[in-house]
Amino acid sequence: MTNASTWIEPHPHGIYIKPADAWIDPSRPVERALVTHGHADHARGGHGQVWATPETLAIMGLRYGTADGAPVRYGDGVDLNGVQVSYHPAGHVLGSAQILLEYAGERVVVTGDYKRRHDPTCPAFEPLTCDIFITEATFGLPVFRHPPTAEEIGKLFTALEENPERCVLVGAYALGKAQRVIAELRQLGHNAPVYLHGALEKMCALYGQHGVELGDLRPVMDADKDEMRGQIVLAPPSALNDRWSRRLPDPITAMASGWMLVRQRARQRNVEIPLVISDHADWTELTDTITEVDPEETWVTHGREDALVHWCELNQRKARALEMVGREDEDDG
Amino acid sequence: MRALATLIDRLIYTRSRNAKIDLIANYLRDTPDPDRGWALAALTGDLDFPTVKASAVRTAATERVDPVLFKLSRNFVGDTAETVALIWPDHMREDATEDIRLNTVVAELQEVTRKDAPRLLASMMDRMDANSRYALIKLATGGMRVGVSARLAKTCFAHAFGLDVNDVEEVWHALAPPYTELFAWGEGKSGRPDPSDIPFFRPFMLAHPLEETRIDLKDYAAEWKWDGIRIQIVGTGTDVRLYSRGGDDITGSFPEIAENFDQIGVVDGELLVRGDAQGGEAASFNALQQRLGRKKVSAKMREDYPAFVRLYDILFDGEEDIRAQPWSKRRIQLERFVPKLKTSHFDISALLEARDFGHLEEIRSGARDAAIEGVMLKRRDSPYIAGRKAGLWYKWKRDPLNADCVMMYAQRGSGKRSSFYSDYTFGCWTEDGELYPVGKAYSGFTDEELKWLDRFVRQNTINRFGPVREVEKTLVLEVAFDSVHESKRHKSGLAMRFPRISRIRKDKPAEEADHVTTLKNMIS
Ligand SMILES: [Zn+2]
Ligand SMILES: [Zn+2]
Repeated sequence: MTNASTWIEPHPHGIYIKPADAWIDPSRPVERALVTHGHADHARGGHGQVWATPETLAIMGLRYGTADGAPVRYGDGVDLNGVQVSYHPAGHVLGSAQILLEYAGERVVVTGDYKRRHDPTCPAFEPLTCDIFITEATFGLPVFRHPPTAEEIGKLFTALEENPERCVLVGAYALGKAQRVIAELRQLGHNAPVYLHGALEKMCALYGQHGVELGDLRPVMDADKDEMRGQIVLAPPSALNDRWSRRLPDPITAMASGWMLVRQRARQRNVEIPLVISDHADWTELTDTITEVDPEETWVTHGREDALVHWCELNQRKARALEMVGREDEDDG
Repeated sequence: MRALATLIDRLIYTRSRNAKIDLIANYLRDTPDPDRGWALAALTGDLDFPTVKASAVRTAATERVDPVLFKLSRNFVGDTAETVALIWPDHMREDATEDIRLNTVVAELQEVTRKDAPRLLASMMDRMDANSRYALIKLATGGMRVGVSARLAKTCFAHAFGLDVNDVEEVWHALAPPYTELFAWGEGKSGRPDPSDIPFFRPFMLAHPLEETRIDLKDYAAEWKWDGIRIQIVGTGTDVRLYSRGGDDITGSFPEIAENFDQIGVVDGELLVRGDAQGGEAASFNALQQRLGRKKVSAKMREDYPAFVRLYDILFDGEEDIRAQPWSKRRIQLERFVPKLKTSHFDISALLEARDFGHLEEIRSGARDAAIEGVMLKRRDSPYIAGRKAGLWYKWKRDPLNADCVMMYAQRGSGKRSSFYSDYTFGCWTEDGELYPVGKAYSGFTDEELKWLDRFVRQNTINRFGPVREVEKTLVLEVAFDSVHESKRHKSGLAMRFPRISRIRKDKPAEEADHVTTLKNMIS
């Protein structure tokens, strides 16, 4: 039996660590916050003190202008009133971390968001042994089995080959997905310029400053129409069907998101090329990770908690769903 | 199976009609017989496996997947076929390199018993990836819903092999899936299939709207444009068939017409209801429309609304194909042909004697008969040519302020109608073959029609956006309106004032709905 529920309290707006008097990913301003990563449903402005990786702090600085915070590197830890708090790669986006809490002889891991497959923009998820594993469940249904990334990126190459007079406009969230798509393109040998919607420029530059090489990036603003024929253009999803896209040469619309696996969802986005590229663990990764980490108890936070908890029960694992609110606002999939 | 799965997947995400045509045409060229013929039939909904029901798919799934996980997944995905395709365990991934031939799939589905259907589907899905599983389920249970009508399929076939779509249409109706003779002809390996003895459909000759054109009555004959259902009657001496504009066989809906047609030949005319003023009031038109699609028609319906056909033209006189003859000659033959028919069910559409165009205009505006929709103008030397050829036939509608549009989206009404999909967004065609919305209407129909429209929306939903449903683009609505204006707000560049649904045109194929440019010409 674990004892953790006496010192960790899940609340709808965050996980409270009683002895440290600190919150993990609180959705409202608090005195002391431990932040797993920079997505808006995990990182908010207005906290008193923040502990996060240097990359996450930089992202928060860019988004909220919050300059202050205590940087904790991957593998490093801090002591908060006797609670050992350390940060470990989660493989989700630049700077994303799992938070390991050690107290009274117990180890608790809060994954934040994570994935298990390769991502050229951040270090890979590290499985940590623990008593309680608090996992996300964004794609926690057995229908979600994401295809190999290279296969999806290949769809873009095919579209460019078939339509040399047009451009391919890829909708991708500003933090994480956009940079990942570019980095995956580069890895597969695509060295041509990639054109960016204005809303993506600063975050791409921030990735560059943190050593993630994204190659030749150019603002759409400064490009003329003909120059973009046969090229890839990236924009936030909200710009896909917007007036903004009229400046592009007859764009073919793509969208990079794990939700694109479901045809209905893809059609609602009105996309012509659905790219099933996710920064979250799919069903196989979630269940394999629980098996690998093999915790005494699994707590499931945001997403499809019911299904993952049910799977745990089918596999004789102790599990419970935490009712969290305000997640998946920004989050990409 | 994989090639078909890829095709279906791409069709789902392709918006323009021309791009769809290219995709299908490429598939038809690259795929061997008889697979491509089966695929064609599947796309148009002409493939039916009576022993394979949706319940077989569910049964197969619940034997493989935990029922709770299945239910949660189904609720999230919203579509059973897609849920099963995605959730099915991929255990054979490694050696799943061997593709199952579509022909094998079809043959096995045709032979399977109801009891064995779940097991057969399971064994096939075990050897497929998610995309192929999706295609398999849609193929097996019907409801492909990728927006391919029979007409579009024929266009694709013609496009694939460089043929004239009307030539294709003509033989198509005499053939059955998997259409191997058709493909052999397409590839030039054999001649055009000869469907003699079988009573098959010949595509209709259609008219252009007259709009601003003015013609000389020396060259053109005028007759009324009757407001019923345009039909073609084909009699071979042993069999009689009735066809609607889209080539659907509607013999079963109007059995009394077929029973009373006792000649050999092919004629073109308008199905109307006899009564005062030829029974032209809306109720009788609706009575005809209601009979469409029915397999059986009650004696009461036949008595209350006695149907008859007013003939316009003759395509075959006896066995002789006279379509190449000028209209004036065909008219003489029609005048000889009609008296041989029973007067109870057939008459001839009279010609209008007008001194000149001005006189014709007077006659047209003086028409009191509600069954008259306007005037038809036919070039006296025009052969009977399938489709709409410029300069040969014109329609000159009495009330030009209506348009045939295609239903695109539907939304629930408010108040008393909140349980019905009663607000409809409809569109017209662009030159590229895309539908652009041109207006929205929520009135003009009867309660009876509302129920029918509601059912149509529910059965033909392809997408949901909150309260709005996107429907399969197959239903033509005749929309009446007060005026059309330019509008920057709509993609089509125009907006209608006070549009209302004046008729549901079950008899009209969506491809024949109006073009955006026709509406633009009506801008006041
Ligand atoms: Zn995230
Ligand atoms: Zn999240």
